[in-house]
Amino acid sequence: MSRLVHSLPASQVPNGRAQTKIDAFTREWARAIGSTGQTTMTRTDLLGFLRTQTVRLTAALRADPADLTTADAVGAALVEAHLAGAQTLRATMAVIAERLLPCLGLDSRRGRARTRARLVDVQAAVAAGYANALREQTFREQERVYRALLVVQRQTQDEWWTSEARFRAVFAGAGLAMAITDLNGQIIDANQGMADLAGCPVERLTGRHIRQFAHPDDPPEVWAAFQELTSGRRDHMRFDKRFRRSNGASVWTDVSMSLIRDEDRHPRYMVAMIKDITERRALQEQLHHQATHDPLTGLPNRVLFLQRLDGLFEAADPQARVGMCFLDLDGFKTVNDTLGHEVGDRLLSAVAGRLDDCVSRLGHLVARLGGDEFAVLLERLSGLDEATAVADNILDALRAPVAVDGQQLRISASVGVVERAVGDTSPAELTRDADVTMYRAKAEGRGRWASFDTEYNSRAVARQSLAAALPQALARREFALDYQPLVRLHDGALVGVEALVRWHHPRLGLLMPNKFIDLAEDTGMIVELGRWVLREACRQAQHWHEQHRDGAPFVSVNLSVRQVREPAIVAETADILSETGLDVARLQLELTESAVMETTGEPAQTLRDLAGLGARIAIDDFGTGYSNLAYLRHLPIRVLKLAGPFVEGLAGRDGAPDRVDQRIVAALVELAHTLDLTVTAEGVQTEAQANALRTLGCDTGQGWYFAQAGPPEKIEQLLRTRHLPVPTA
Amino acid sequence: MAAVTRPERAPEDLGLSRPNAARVYDYYLGGAHNFEVDRELARAAMRHMPQLPQVMQAERGFLHRAVRFIVNDGIEQILDIGCGISMTGNVHEVAHAINPSVRVACVDRDPIAVANSRQMLAGKGSTTVIQADLREPDAILGNARVRQLIDLDKPLGVVIVGVLHFISDREDLAGILGVLRNAMASGSYLVMTHGSHDGQPAQTRPMQELYQQRDTPIWFRSLRQIADLFRGFSVVDPGIVWLPQWRPDSPCDIDEHPERLSRYAAVFRRD
Repeated sequence: MSRLVHSLPASQVPNGRAQTKIDAFTREWARAIGSTGQTTMTRTDLLGFLRTQTVRLTAALRADPADLTTADAVGAALVEAHLAGAQTLRATMAVIAERLLPCLGLDSRRGRARTRARLVDVQAAVAAGYANALREQTFREQERVYRALLVVQRQTQDEWWTSEARFRAVFAGAGLAMAITDLNGQIIDANQGMADLAGCPVERLTGRHIRQFAHPDDPPEVWAAFQELTSGRRDHMRFDKRFRRSNGASVWTDVSMSLIRDEDRHPRYMVAMIKDITERRALQEQLHHQATHDPLTGLPNRVLFLQRLDGLFEAADPQARVGMCFLDLDGFKTVNDTLGHEVGDRLLSAVAGRLDDCVSRLGHLVARLGGDEFAVLLERLSGLDEATAVADNILDALRAPVAVDGQQLRISASVGVVERAVGDTSPAELTRDADVTMYRAKAEGRGRWASFDTEYNSRAVARQSLAAALPQALARREFALDYQPLVRLHDGALVGVEALVRWHHPRLGLLMPNKFIDLAEDTGMIVELGRWVLREACRQAQHWHEQHRDGAPFVSVNLSVRQVREPAIVAETADILSETGLDVARLQLELTESAVMETTGEPAQTLRDLAGLGARIAIDDFGTGYSNLAYLRHLPIRVLKLAGPFVEGLAGRDGAPDRVDQRIVAALVELAHTLDLTVTAEGVQTEAQANALRTLGCDTGQGWYFAQAGPPEKIEQLLRTRHLPVPTA
Repeated sequence: MAAVTRPERAPEDLGLSRPNAARVYDYYLGGAHNFEVDRELARAAMRHMPQLPQVMQAERGFLHRAVRFIVNDGIEQILDIGCGISMTGNVHEVAHAINPSVRVACVDRDPIAVANSRQMLAGKGSTTVIQADLREPDAILGNARVRQLIDLDKPLGVVIVGVLHFISDREDLAGILGVLRNAMASGSYLVMTHGSHDGQPAQTRPMQELYQQRDTPIWFRSLRQIADLFRGFSVVDPGIVWLPQWRPDSPCDIDEHPERLSRYAAVFRRD
């Protein structure tokens, strides 16, 4: 603003009195403009500005002719100062017309006409200057605003183009196959990836309908979902789909289709993104195959077998008959142990191959369950005969020797066959019964099939559950010891007792050892049970010793060969002896003849160590096994227990002794004595037998004749009363 | 994908189909930085309220007085939001007349107004023009060019003249002003004007209708409503008054009916 005020050339700066006149007009002019309300200048600035223009007007008016250039400049100055509104101009013209001459004192009559004429010219010039300046200003401002518009347009276009270009880059370069379709499913645009997938050029894709890519394998849900997408009921769908390419080849793809909506949520078009997953699927299938098949033989594995079994039960009609063959190779363990695992594996592969050939031909599933165990699932059977026919086929197939590593290996299998109606059983039951039946086939001689026998099965099941109950039974103190007296034949003295374990089963009642000892041996429970028996027997013997001193009997405890295989048994026995305080001389350990004869190596050493502790080792049931007499000499044995059958023959039912048996017993007794062994006769039932044995030199006797096995109280009673048959003659 | 912003309008679409507040304002003030569509709206509005050009003039007058006031009080940086199309008598000229080192950041949401102003301010190092919307105050305060000129730790003059009545309550005007207030250091000022029905409802109501129809909606507020927006500030004498009443240069600048201009003015202080 200030520059406008000081733009007067020096010659035009007025003197004092003129100032007053100029100020007067200036104020009137300011008032006129002010009332139009069109100024934004401060009052001071406005006055300053108008003052300058007033000075110019004065100069223009005073000149003769009027200085129109200066007047013109005033008009222009008004526009530049933005006092350009129509109202302002009107006010300006009015105030110039009416007040300039009076304020300047130029309205005297003299020369009025001329002055007035010059005033008119000045006004016209002001107006003209104003009009031109305004026109120029308008042009400039318009040009400016249009240029601004262009700038912005270009910017927006650039941004648009950039984002378009960006989109194009994404669309063209994406690794995925992409297509944009209208709401009907007609392709509007597709990228090269899509063209490659479809096997045709991009141009040929436009206009084609998505439906043209339907594949017979597409599940119907896919096209239903597509309908929902196009109608806007769904925004997204994703599914695996097979694609058929132009050249006929088929690929698996992962398809993702999205509905694109505009700002008002109206569906506009759809975008499909497709990824080739053929490799991934192949890998998945491979993994699935690996999970369900045995790596060695390639047969289905247990997982798949059980899956199929479950599936069969879910789907089948309850009347349908189903069956199973469980088989394992006889003596496979021996092959593995003697010829090595590699040969074993190759044998398994060969067997698997033969099984597969013969069984799969019949349409049944054969699986390797593990180790050398295989199973065949028999569906849609007509009856047991069909099932056993399969078993026969299997056995036939394995009859020919298997060539492995240049060797011809002869193998056989034991097959358990089960067949029944689906409604009558469950997968678990079927499997268990087939397993048990297989074991029966083994037990019955191997190299054969056996079919399910309810009774055998229930016995087997009972045995298994009994075996399973052993540990708890021990913990619950369901076992007890009975004692049977061992009597010195020449004077009838009670010299010892044999400890016999009993099981007071809560449900089955009193169980004798023959019902559970072999189960305990099978499961290894015998070790713990045996330990308990030993401890209990020693405790009892020590108790008697404390009561009866030298009159107390020694205790004889049975050991199984399984127990003797545990080298720890020596230390345990020593512990039990010290724990109970029993003198080791009062402990006798009995092993069966076969058990003793089987001991070689470590078990023999264990025996020697036990004997080394001071315990007396006895052979039980002597004469029923196959004794290696030369070996017998070197074992740490002290006692022979003559088996029951020998004793029986000494005095027959009618009382007449069998001469041959007598001689055998005599020989055995002599043999024993020669080897410095004492002889105990088992199963003495009659007086005659007792007498005979005594005559023959037998040292002790055991049997019902003397006393049956009974609880400790019974023994105590005997110790008190000495109520035992005294031998005669 | 949210980072990629596509331009809101297609290039063909700019400027010529919709009126813009800044350009209409320019027309009221006698400028030519406008298009027919702007002039058309202005003429229609003036049919309801013929004194509109005076309103704009009076607003410009207030703006100058307010800017002089705050610069005289020591403000050295100004944020002019809704600066419109630069004409003479704009904020930086008024400020520099008193203190040439005052820095001014101008903000307008119309890209044409921004491009226009940039043309006119080209070469002036103490000013900058950015395109941003008052509805996103964080974007303004965080703008790099603004931050180059404005130090938010020092007192700031925020000028929001002729703008507030374009923002509806739904757009949380109170919240927006809150954001600004929190960013302003103690000793800052806020200069504002706001249209109101309080003065001449017979004119302003149809005008509001008209603007609504033309898709540049305007929301006039009452004195009470306006005062409520500025809680948290203290008001500088003479408070919220009609445009001509705010510290006039001379008493005869006010006529008997200042309410006819239907626009309030005030300067607030952030303590």
